[in-house]
Amino acid sequence: MSTSLPLHPSLSRIGSVDRLVPMIRYLLKRLGAAIPTLFIIVTLAFFLIRAAPGGPFDQEQSLPPEIVANLQAAYGLDQPIWVQYGRYIIALVHGDFGPSFKYKDFSVTELIAQGLPVTFTIGTIAIVLALGLGVLIGTFAALRHNTLADYASMSVAVVGIAIPTFVVLPFLGLVFGIYLHWLPVAGWESGSIKHLILPVVALTLPPLGIITRLTRGSMLEVLRSHFIRTALAKGLPLRTIILRHALRPTLMPVAGYLAPAVASILTGSLVVETIAGLPGIGRYLVQGALNRDYTLVLGMVILYSTLLIIMGLVVDLLYAWLDPRVRLQT
Amino acid sequence: MIEVPMGGLWRDAGRRLGSNPAAGFALWAILSVVVLALIGPWFNPNAFDALDWAHVAVPPSFQHSHWFGTDRLGRDLFVRTLQGTRASLLIGLFASAISLLIGISYGAIAGYLGGRTDSLMMRFIELLSGLPLVFFVILVGVIFGRNEYLLYIVIGAVGWLTMARIVRGQTLSIRRREFIEAAVASGASIGRIILKHVIPNVIGPIIVYATLTIPQTILFESFLSFLGLGIQEPQASLGTLIADGAGEMEAAPWMLVVPGMFLATLLLCLNIFGDGLRDALDVKER
Repeated sequence: MSTSLPLHPSLSRIGSVDRLVPMIRYLLKRLGAAIPTLFIIVTLAFFLIRAAPGGPFDQEQSLPPEIVANLQAAYGLDQPIWVQYGRYIIALVHGDFGPSFKYKDFSVTELIAQGLPVTFTIGTIAIVLALGLGVLIGTFAALRHNTLADYASMSVAVVGIAIPTFVVLPFLGLVFGIYLHWLPVAGWESGSIKHLILPVVALTLPPLGIITRLTRGSMLEVLRSHFIRTALAKGLPLRTIILRHALRPTLMPVAGYLAPAVASILTGSLVVETIAGLPGIGRYLVQGALNRDYTLVLGMVILYSTLLIIMGLVVDLLYAWLDPRVRLQT
Repeated sequence: MIEVPMGGLWRDAGRRLGSNPAAGFALWAILSVVVLALIGPWFNPNAFDALDWAHVAVPPSFQHSHWFGTDRLGRDLFVRTLQGTRASLLIGLFASAISLLIGISYGAIAGYLGGRTDSLMMRFIELLSGLPLVFFVILVGVIFGRNEYLLYIVIGAVGWLTMARIVRGQTLSIRRREFIEAAVASGASIGRIILKHVIPNVIGPIIVYATLTIPQTILFESFLSFLGLGIQEPQASLGTLIADGAGEMEAAPWMLVVPGMFLATLLLCLNIFGDGLRDALDVKER
């Protein structure tokens, strides 16, 4: 990515249709570049988990050795590791993530398809809340710079950043579930919003704290710039100045944080789903690795990596949209 | 080394830090927790792994020797929490030291050499920060879980990216300055220039980010321990204690509240102090 000055503001607006073609070309190029990255990640994860002692059928000690041998042959585990790797990659290219070793009769795709809606729901709500509230509170704090409201927002933000999800969620459960009986501590019922509230709050707090802080810092800097001074001198109302002029440049660092925010929410969902007993996909990574459920772990790593790569791409597009000087180049 | 302007900078920073009551309070709280973790267990007769069947899951009280209560096996929570705090602090410091070592040398070398080497090295960092490193650490934790030391090294190896970026940026901004030129002219080796001239002059941001790295590694360690991948029984870390407590919070809420409060206080105060230090030294985020 490189930056160059625009010819003229009006020209860049006319050119918005012409910008679509390079944008699509850029997208395709970046997606093409993502494939080798994914390939490296899969290969690393494949050999990493194979380096682990033990195998998927170790826990079932009641099984006689002949049956274990049969099982291993059925899953192709008796083959040399390079053959297994080759087979896995070939299947992967065809969109087949393989069967789960632990949850028999289930394919990895089926397992992920079952759990994904739950994780996706709480994750999406959390990121939307963190973005919306974070930008709102951050802007508010910047406008009330060095007042009590500013200090209060920043204190709440540092609490959100510092205290980990696996402390916040049980504490919330203790207060709102066990003492006040307002909300269920754990469990999941399809369509029940009550069961979602505590997990979503716990998941939202860390990215909310960071986004609030980023917005405040960035907004303070933007408010000091010359074009805002000009807008103020013209006598524009403050609301217009913030919404039309200040917000867009303010959002640059927030956009940059989007990919780490998604990563933080994915990590948080591991914890939240374990504590609150939600049937999402978070438990598959740790449980799968403990069970040596090779295909399930690899499926999870691929899913998470793809998500992060896509988020990285979204961030670049957002940059280009927020700041017309940014030209998409590979 | 140039002493006079450094002294001025540090005196200013010290004054600004002194006028920040939150940071001062946080520092005292951190010191209290550290001292308590170090000497606290001496004042209590219980061993961290001793089972007291006469007091199983008793709430905190001064009637017996279990001031913070006991867990399901009758183990004393006061001693176990302090032991866990000690473990978390130790790992936090150790893993932070590793990530500082990697981050500072990597950043200083990239920034000082500049040019193609620099852009290659930065490309590598970009590549790494695009990877889901946390998930790889979880995998390593699951696979080599019994080997604690390896785990700390892995935690440390993940946290160095930010430090490398910051040191590199700072180094870039001073590498054309006269005192570096003077060192080059007098025939100093690259290693000597980086150690004696570059790093001492970017020490402010290094200290700030070191302070902010420690809570991150403590958080990461307790996260792994919470998932059952870090410290193993009968040893305790704040993460394992919180995991146990979260399972028992209906019947024995103190099992969650005691270690939870310790971890929350420690992380919160380390963050507040680190932020205060950053403001005092006026370090830019990027």
